[in-house]
Amino acid sequence: MEGDIAQMGQFIGAGLASVGMGGAAVGVGNVAGSFLSGALRNPSAAAGQTATLFIGIAFAEALGIFSFLVALLLMFAV
Amino acid sequence: MAEKEDGGLVFHPMDQFIVKPLFGDGPVGVLTITNSTLWMALTVLAVIALLVLGTRSRAIVPTRSQSVAELAYGFVYQMVEDITGKDGVKYFPYIMTLFMFILFSNYLGLLPMAFTPTSHIAVTAVLAVAVFLAVTVLGFVKNGASFLSLFWVSSAPLALRPILALIEVISYFVRPVSHSIRLAGNMMAGHAVIKVFAAFAAVVAISPLSILAITAMYGLEMLVAGIQAYVFTILTCVYLKDALHPHH
Repeated sequence: MEGDIAQMGQFIGAGLASVGMGGAAVGVGNVAGSFLSGALRNPSAAAGQTATLFIGIAFAEALGIFSFLVALLLMFAV
Repeated sequence: MAEKEDGGLVFHPMDQFIVKPLFGDGPVGVLTITNSTLWMALTVLAVIALLVLGTRSRAIVPTRSQSVAELAYGFVYQMVEDITGKDGVKYFPYIMTLFMFILFSNYLGLLPMAFTPTSHIAVTAVLAVAVFLAVTVLGFVKNGASFLSLFWVSSAPLALRPILALIEVISYFVRPVSHSIRLAGNMMAGHAVIKVFAAFAAVVAISPLSILAITAMYGLEMLVAGIQAYVFTILTCVYLKDALHPHH
């Protein structure tokens, strides 16, 4: 019984941790959308900024990956 | 492992990441040849095949493999030069090695029945910590104690600087963590999603839908494999630039 409750807690915790990935989705979408709206205003300057775009996406995405990791740890490591 | 007796899935989506010995089923020691070892060796062989054998003829009009090799070389060289400047080009061989290893291990891992070494945090952590240590040592060797001005944001108001310095120090030490987990997490997540859909393909009612989903996810994974190799390399370049020019 106690093991069941602990496992239930793990699953609920993993599900809650997954919510954090939504934040990363918003962040990545924001970066890409802002890039696109800037790039359409000045297309000639867009090509030089793709590296910055990917760095921005990578940083925004890292935090989502952290929450994914927490979910995985709860599911398989605890 | 939280193994359930019947969770509904035919196989567990995380089973593909288990490191197994290649010969026999003894325990995995430091020197055991595992499936991870095999696929890392295949990765290295593939990189050598492309970059050494592909460019062997040194033709003026390149063959297909030679132009792919030249493209990869030029791409990484341009990236290093753009971000770190002229004095970062010295470290190009290391960054090229990192890029080719990660790119090939990501793509070889997409073959059916393959194992992806970069889906393991143990592998990517070694790559990321090596970059972190190299960059930190390089920063102190090149700049001496003035490397610490990386943490002292001189463009901010004086009252804010100690707080910013604290944040900068924390974010500096989180770098190897996020650097390694980003790559491993992306690889692991994509492969796990494909396996989840693959398990649904056994259910007759939704099997066409899930096969379609596998195809779509596979296409996305082809994109992600390349982008993650690119992101890992470009972040290495950014860290290298911080070490060479620490002043904000």
